[in-house]
Amino acid sequence: MDQLQNYLFIAAALFSLGLFAVITRRNAVAVLMGVELILNSANVNFLAFSRFGGMNFNGHVFALFVIIMAAAEAAVALAIIINLYNNYQSINVDEASQLKR
Amino acid sequence: MSELLFWFMTAMTIGSALIVVLHSNLFYSALALVVTLFGVAAFYVFLWADFLAGVQVLIYIGGILILILFGIMLTNKISSVNISHSNFHQGIAAVIVMGIFSILGWMILKTPWLHIVQQEPSQTVGRIGRLLMTEYLLPFEVASVLLLSALIGAAMLSRKAN
Amino acid sequence: MNIFIEYSLFIFFLPLAAFLINIFFGKRLPRHGDWVSIGAVLFTLALSMAMFAGMLFSYDPDFRVESSFTWINLGDFNIQLGFLVDNITITMLLVVALISSMSHIFSIKYMEGDPLYSRYYAYLSLFTFSMNGIVLSNNLMLLYMSWELVGLSSYLLIGFWFAKKSAADAGMKAFLTNRVGDIGFFIGIMLLFTAVGSVVYSDIFTSVADGNLAGTLLTMAGIGLFIGAMGKSSQFPLHIWLPDAMEGPTPVSALMHAATMVAAGVFMMVRMFPIMTPDALVFVAYIGGFTALFASTIAITQNDIKKVLAYSTVSQLGFMIMSVGTGAYVAAFFHLVTHAAFKANLFYGSGSVIHAMHHALHKKNDHETDPQDMRNMGGFKSRMPTTYRAMLVSTLAIAGVPFFSGFLSKDAILSGSLSFANHHPEHFLLPIFGFSAALLTAFYMFRLIYMTFHNQPQMPELIGEIHESPKEMTFPLVLLATLSFFIFYTLPYFNPFSDHGWFTYVIEAKTSLVHGAPSAHAIAEGIHHSHLSAMIISVLVAGLGILLAWQMYLKKKLSAERYANKFSTLHRLSLNKFYIDELYARFIYTPVLKLADKIAFLDWDLYDKYVVDGFGKFTEWFSDLIGKMDYDGLDQGIVDGAGRSVHRLGDILRNLQTGRLQNYILFALFGVILIVIVQTMV
Repeated sequence: MDQLQNYLFIAAALFSLGLFAVITRRNAVAVLMGVELILNSANVNFLAFSRFGGMNFNGHVFALFVIIMAAAEAAVALAIIINLYNNYQSINVDEASQLKR
Repeated sequence: MSELLFWFMTAMTIGSALIVVLHSNLFYSALALVVTLFGVAAFYVFLWADFLAGVQVLIYIGGILILILFGIMLTNKISSVNISHSNFHQGIAAVIVMGIFSILGWMILKTPWLHIVQQEPSQTVGRIGRLLMTEYLLPFEVASVLLLSALIGAAMLSRKAN
Repeated sequence: MNIFIEYSLFIFFLPLAAFLINIFFGKRLPRHGDWVSIGAVLFTLALSMAMFAGMLFSYDPDFRVESSFTWINLGDFNIQLGFLVDNITITMLLVVALISSMSHIFSIKYMEGDPLYSRYYAYLSLFTFSMNGIVLSNNLMLLYMSWELVGLSSYLLIGFWFAKKSAADAGMKAFLTNRVGDIGFFIGIMLLFTAVGSVVYSDIFTSVADGNLAGTLLTMAGIGLFIGAMGKSSQFPLHIWLPDAMEGPTPVSALMHAATMVAAGVFMMVRMFPIMTPDALVFVAYIGGFTALFASTIAITQNDIKKVLAYSTVSQLGFMIMSVGTGAYVAAFFHLVTHAAFKANLFYGSGSVIHAMHHALHKKNDHETDPQDMRNMGGFKSRMPTTYRAMLVSTLAIAGVPFFSGFLSKDAILSGSLSFANHHPEHFLLPIFGFSAALLTAFYMFRLIYMTFHNQPQMPELIGEIHESPKEMTFPLVLLATLSFFIFYTLPYFNPFSDHGWFTYVIEAKTSLVHGAPSAHAIAEGIHHSHLSAMIISVLVAGLGILLAWQMYLKKKLSAERYANKFSTLHRLSLNKFYIDELYARFIYTPVLKLADKIAFLDWDLYDKYVVDGFGKFTEWFSDLIGKMDYDGLDQGIVDGAGRSVHRLGDILRNLQTGRLQNYILFALFGVILIVIVQTMV
């Protein structure tokens, strides 16, 4: 069914699941994957509004930019994670606690 | 026919998203993420965003996910580090997330959305390209700078300490 | 203001001023301030003599001046400071002033060297002040207050040498016995006040005269007043204090317990005579008569010179009281005045003798022998001639020998009792009491003279040291001895056998105001009729008494010891004052003290311990509880608890700071949900 609400629901579900992954997962890469899910849900939202809001192409452009940004972020994040792994032999987010007293 | 397909896509996407989130094996999560992103691409197509569907597959799946997979494989000990937090913690997180979802859902249902009738656009790429070059020129340039800095940054970060 | 009232004010307040000066500053004054008191009392004497002269000049039996002002106002009752000056007042003032002055002068030498010399004179002044208060008062309240003050002065002076236990006890005994009498006195006053509404004499007299106050109530009031007189004038059964009062210095004994204080009771009865009912008077007469005889039976065996005189005083007071009871109250007052002179003189004489004995014993370093025991004396006649002659004159007076003052007054009393018995034959005992007492009086007084001044000295080693007393002591002796002659009371007449004179003229018997009482005229008639018979019998009786004494103690024809042995029981009873003190101790003092003990136990061991201490303990326990509540409950629980719970809360909340980003995201989401919910609710 081609209704706005459906797409919005899907986006909301993806968002929630992504959030759950961010909150719950211990592995840093898994957290990154959650973040990707969230970004994707935002994209779906943009495009849904773009289509059901008078076929406005602004949505498309914005979604493009989101993808660009996601790529950059994923690159840097993975660089950090690999660095972390090389120094501490673990990518458990709980164990990265040197700044905490 | 398209409706059925739509619902099938929905199920696939959500289902694989669940696997991403819940599976203990990180590699399987990454693979499920691939399926999810494919599903999202399909949604893009449903939403008449054909160009973005392509971009999604190319960059997201072809770039980012490969990166993630490399990241997974480089940071070894896959099997031993995959356990999530305690059940209690997961339970609370689930509750909170359910809360967020229900808020969003309730918001979606309550809002009186505008109903604008439109038809399928003839072409999308050209339109997007024109927008990029006119209205969104600055963000476009900034985006390229961003990519450059990300590149340099990532390279710097992964250097071995001298 | 009337001159008499003005003089009375001086007479009243001067001794008070002397008392205050001496009691506060006496020690620092030169000669310890004796001249302050002596000056005050001599001035009082001068004023009294002036008033006396004035009385003789006006020669008016109805002379009377009264003045008062309200001193304390208590609503419907006020205490007046009022003076009533009439012939009786003036005479009494003169007596008090004269004897008091003599005591003051006598004491210069007698109390010489005593460490509390100034205080002694202060007390003498206090006494003079209070005695004048009794004499001058025009109302029962001022009378009562002065009465009490006199009792106080008596206590202070009897117990003057308070370091000696017997003296301190005697002072206490005198005061307490007086107080017992005063209870009755006060009841009498209150009865009168309730019935009349005023305590002023004139108001009471008017009320009785109008017949508003009569019958049993008036009798009761009269007897109440008389009980006060019984205490003050030492009548049986309240006589016990007077012999013990001899512990005081002899000048004090002379002043108070011979002449003035004990006479206050008689004086009050004389004042109150017009309101005494015949029934009350009968009671009065019997008490007086019995006391007269009773005391003289004790006096005949006593060996202490002052004790003899003390019992003699009790006996003579009994005579006076009996006289009031039989209606011859003027005779009572007459005897009061003459007795004051010769009894004081006898006391001064004994004081002189004791003084000499003291000195002699001191010289011989003998501190064991009793200087007052007549058995240690004897033969003083040649060594102390002035003292001897003075005492002889006074003894003749007291024995009732004609040509002396005592004869006249005693004779008047005895004729009064005889006349009363004639009119009321059922009261035949009264003259018997009177004449027997007169006989014994003559006997024991001459016994005293013979034992002290005649015969051989019983302690020969002392006799060399005995010498006459200094002139300050012999002057009062001579003066008062002179006043013991009849002539001073019978002027302008010179008949030694008749009491007609200025005294019986200015002091006129007034008719009793009580309805149904015999008139003064009738009483005077009766006395006149019995006068001759009384005189004859009294002369006989006096002669008999002197003869017995003469034979027993001078000529030694009759042996005193043999008679003592023959009547050993009686002798023993007499010598031991009929064991009255012991009876009182056994039946009154001990049970009361035991009761007091029991009550003290109740109060001290039970009430104090359990109730009072218990209350204290309860308060302790209660405050403990409160303290615990405060400390453990409030302080620890609430105050500290607040701190502790915050601490614990902090401990709990610290766990929020996990340091994990994911937890923070969770909290943030939770916050978002909350905000949304709240937003939609509001």
